[in-house]
Amino acid sequence: MAETKLILDGLCKAFDGLDVLAGIDLDVAPGEFVSVIGPSGCGKSTLFNIVAGLQRPDAGRVLVDGEDATGRTDPFAYMPQQDLLFPWRTVLDNTALGLEVGGLRRRDARARARALFAPFGLAGFEDARPHQLSGGMRQRAALLRTVVLERPVLLLDEPFGALDSLTRTDMQTWLDGVRARFDWTVLLITHDVREAVYLSDRVVVLGPRPARVRREVPIGLPRPRVLDMITDPAFAAAERELLAALRRPD
Amino acid sequence: MAPPTGARRVLRAGVPPLVLVLAGLAAWQWAVVATDVRPQVLPSPLRVAAQGWAFREQIWANTVPTLQVTAVGFAVSLLLGWTIAIAVDFSPWLRRALTPLLVASQTLPIIAIAPLLIIWFGFGLLPKVVVIALVTFFPIAVGLIEGFAATERTASDLLRSMGASRWDEFRHVRLPGALPRFFTALRIGITYAVTGAIFAEYVGAQAGLGIFMNLQKNSFRTDLVLAAVVVTAVLSVTLFLLTYVVERLVVPWNAELRGG
Repeated sequence: MAETKLILDGLCKAFDGLDVLAGIDLDVAPGEFVSVIGPSGCGKSTLFNIVAGLQRPDAGRVLVDGEDATGRTDPFAYMPQQDLLFPWRTVLDNTALGLEVGGLRRRDARARARALFAPFGLAGFEDARPHQLSGGMRQRAALLRTVVLERPVLLLDEPFGALDSLTRTDMQTWLDGVRARFDWTVLLITHDVREAVYLSDRVVVLGPRPARVRREVPIGLPRPRVLDMITDPAFAAAERELLAALRRPD
Repeated sequence: MAPPTGARRVLRAGVPPLVLVLAGLAAWQWAVVATDVRPQVLPSPLRVAAQGWAFREQIWANTVPTLQVTAVGFAVSLLLGWTIAIAVDFSPWLRRALTPLLVASQTLPIIAIAPLLIIWFGFGLLPKVVVIALVTFFPIAVGLIEGFAATERTASDLLRSMGASRWDEFRHVRLPGALPRFFTALRIGITYAVTGAIFAEYVGAQAGLGIFMNLQKNSFRTDLVLAAVVVTAVLSVTLFLLTYVVERLVVPWNAELRGG
């Protein structure tokens, strides 16, 4: 069996008798970038909350490096949709919050976060307040706060959903570049098919509620991804296949 | 456009109410002179000012105890409000247990309770502190409770995903997030504090603006009652404005957000 970083094994969840997840199975290899797409309300966020250890599944397990990590938060660095940068902290203190909460001394936490400011294009904004940053910078700061925890798996929940399309494209290119440098294992939720194809090694399509994995589409495009690839026939084919899988009635 | 400087902002905020007050005083002065009403019934504003100044030592001697009572009472109220709000934030059981009691505490007719407090606790500090705390802790407690509870679910989730304890979450997110609301509540509370002190003293005290007003009223010195009323208003407004100063020091980021 190939080496796997993350295994989702038959995850099920129901709310008030309503089935939301009906057995989600998924394997993610180390360093792999996997996107999860699905119709709105299909349970993508529930799936993420379960993987992140914020909710318990009714059945099934989450495994990281072969060990049971169901209900545990520590193997995952979680980036929610909103940037959630707190106005009472400077940008540096916001990005160091997770380390501080994790028990690191404030000075050490700040030093570790500070080291990432340059690669994240935030150098010079350490002492700024979040409201002084642009939308793209805020998302980069939120991502910095996530990855600085150095946890095995990154969970990104529609990180660029709130950005305008130009900034979003810039951020996707940037994320692809920075990912190559740091070799993260990433699970990304998005409803943007193009974003999923552009960033991922593999895209997983969930069906409507109750959600199951309906299709997995490997993306064979070379890395690093560049904007021109959007017009590549392989890109268009992957997009078409995903849209067809999304639209297929059960 | 450049934001107005401090001095200009004060002018812009201060001039309209000042004009209105001066116009009102002028009309009052004119009415008293024109109708020749007796000063025991309605003294002119100039007479209030002159007599207030003449009795300034006596008024000051009564202002100090009122300020002391207000400070102690409000401090107790703050302590009570914070304690209750934090306890309620950490314990859903306490929230259910205390919420109806908090509301009930506000339905007590203070006007009937205050004399009883004097019977129970005498003419000293305690009954006054109780009255002030009773009328001011409620907005503070409710403001804080709602401020803590207004923390976004996603922010709690983020902290939990970082491995934060409930206390970490409180310290890093819920508490700072509630501070703007706290200062709003503080302003509501503090406007009641001086009036609460006056009221408590009015019922019975050895010294203070409240008992001073009561005595002057009984000897038909309407002018001195009104002079003491003016002092009370000045005290309340000063304390009210002071909350803005403290707010700027404690939550500078909030002013930045509103300004920018």
